[in-house]
Amino acid sequence: MDVLNGLVLLMNFVVVPALSYGSQLALGALGVTLIYGILRFSNFAHGDTMAFGTGITILGTWGLQAWGVTLGILPTALLALPLGILVTMGIVLVTDRVVYRFYRRQRARPVILVIASVGVMFIMNALTRFIIGTDDRAFADGPRFLVNAPAFKAATGLDEGLSIKATAALTVVVAVIAVGLLFWFLNSTRTGKSMRAYSDNEDLALLSGINPERVVTITWIIATTLAVTAGVLYGLDKSFRPFNYYALLLPTFAAAIVGGLGNPLGAIAGGFLIAFSEVSFTYAFKKVVGYLTPGTWEPPGLVQLLSTDYKFAVSFTILIIVLLFRPTGIFRGKSA
Amino acid sequence: MKKLYAATAACALLAGAASAEEIKLGILFGFTGPIESLTGSMAAAAEKAIAEVNESGKLLGGSTVTAVRGDSTCIDAAAAQAAAEKMVADGVKAIIGGDCSGVTIATLTNVAVPNGLVMISPSATSPALSTTEDNGLFFRTSPSDAREGEIAADIMMERGIKEAALTYSNSDYGKGLAEAIQKAFEAKGGKITLSAAHEDGKADYSAEVAALQAAGGQILIVAGYIDQGGAGMIRAALDTGAFSLFELPGGMIGDNLEKNFGAEINGSFGQVPGSDSPGMEVLQGMGAGAFDVNSPYTAESYDAAALMMLAMQAAGSSKATDWAGKVMDIANAPGEPIMPGELGKALDLIAAGTDIDYQGASGVELIGPGESAGRYREIEIKDGKITTVKYR
Repeated sequence: MDVLNGLVLLMNFVVVPALSYGSQLALGALGVTLIYGILRFSNFAHGDTMAFGTGITILGTWGLQAWGVTLGILPTALLALPLGILVTMGIVLVTDRVVYRFYRRQRARPVILVIASVGVMFIMNALTRFIIGTDDRAFADGPRFLVNAPAFKAATGLDEGLSIKATAALTVVVAVIAVGLLFWFLNSTRTGKSMRAYSDNEDLALLSGINPERVVTITWIIATTLAVTAGVLYGLDKSFRPFNYYALLLPTFAAAIVGGLGNPLGAIAGGFLIAFSEVSFTYAFKKVVGYLTPGTWEPPGLVQLLSTDYKFAVSFTILIIVLLFRPTGIFRGKSA
Repeated sequence: MKKLYAATAACALLAGAASAEEIKLGILFGFTGPIESLTGSMAAAAEKAIAEVNESGKLLGGSTVTAVRGDSTCIDAAAAQAAAEKMVADGVKAIIGGDCSGVTIATLTNVAVPNGLVMISPSATSPALSTTEDNGLFFRTSPSDAREGEIAADIMMERGIKEAALTYSNSDYGKGLAEAIQKAFEAKGGKITLSAAHEDGKADYSAEVAALQAAGGQILIVAGYIDQGGAGMIRAALDTGAFSLFELPGGMIGDNLEKNFGAEINGSFGQVPGSDSPGMEVLQGMGAGAFDVNSPYTAESYDAAALMMLAMQAAGSSKATDWAGKVMDIANAPGEPIMPGELGKALDLIAAGTDIDYQGASGVELIGPGESAGRYREIEIKDGKITTVKYR
């Protein structure tokens, strides 16, 4: 019984939150890594692309709710998601035309593109605030819980409750579907193969007749789709506030770099690694240890590696360790 | 020149007070910044007190008072000091303000004390202000958060809470209040299992809640802001089933508490500065659209301005260092109780040498180093609504 209680506690406060957070990071990091692989720069505007797309999706959701359209047990936001993706795609492609293409034609060094993307980030951020404001926006509807803590306690007779938010479960499911589709696209379609070829060796790909502008456009389209999906899932699961997405940039980049920039599989692994580390390093294992050790002994301290104040330091630390010992990331990406 | 001196001196003797003059009072609130939605009402209430005194024409032999507004920004100490220095250049005798604790401490130490100005703040509640070196020039009509800590500890004790986890907004307000609550609660024999900060404006507080849950406790004390991280902490605690009862200090009591959580936090309780003093109603009647006494610190602002002018009358001088010592006498018993709207009568009484006990809108009672003893409204969430248990 005690062991079960300990496991449930661990599930509730470590495994479930880290799984949903990890999925959100993985989707974000996939976008970052794709852009790095094809366009060869780190896109700082990625976080604010998420925020912008989520903002548009929220507006769409409100519209649908006003017309009385809902998705039953699923959040209405999923129905509005395509709208958010399309509008954001439009903005991103326009940005590519007016900003990035110029530098690409000049064969500018990556650092110049990175700085250009910082500028885009500020504009995107301002645009988001301008359109939807700076406040918290709640847009989740439908049932809140898949498993709720008091009901779980009553049903199992355990002392500790387990709660799984509907949005957390949805996040994981959507992330799995999105990643599956992406890998199928990259490995089995002609366009996907041309993207991989372009990423592996640009000159060789150009010689074999691949149209670079087309590859770039498709990359932006896919990265935007992933970003907006990640953003909406994050907003549904936590809360939407434009500035939060900017703060999400650090763990997202950490995930992409740890996994190996330019390597999609690495981005997913990196996302979960960062999420699980952030949650478990700052979790206080006091009660879990108490349950798992025999008798009624409980450790006097909190058994917490790091205070929660240092949550963000975890991403930084992992990033530094990986860059020191394996600069190309766990899955051998392109960065050196 | 000599003649003029002689004439003034004669006048002063005759009137038993200084001759009529134009007295300037600074109003230093954050008209822009995080509490800009409160300061309009606060300043209007202070100006109401000034207008009332001017209408009576009884202050220091018919002196008139003019208000000079300045923007403290609430968060930028340098901007607040610049605004206060401009007031000094304009020749103000005293400053009503500042509003937020940080800028108040900065202007007090760097501008008011060196220039010998009195400051009466209606809203700075940091315990640090009780011990700041002020040469007796600083007062506040709001209570220190240390007092709120004691009230919170009393309420928890009465409700049989022995162990509680505590989280606070990582700000001057949150930190000060959390320390006050912990100190008072532990002095009464309670135990704070863990005191952990939360950053405002984050999307996800599950890690913070997880640590607090592991530390344990019957309730979670949330010393934060309802429109910021405080709400996120409660949401995460409810979602994970970590806590279902909360102790909610003043920053958490607001319309959004009912709107966001409603019946989910039934049985939770807290305290918010508030008074059932009869003066509140009187002042509300005088507001007439210009201000609303139910807006936080509005009544305190009226009282801050009134105290200054009554103290001047008592000292027979508008010079801050002359009348600073009179503020406590005016505010406290014994004496004739004075309500809002009776400032003219109070000026008459003082001129006649009668003691007064200024009650004002907020039931002013200054203790210790010149801060309000403070009255608090104990609240409990019943059926999703904030209900008043009693005043203490």
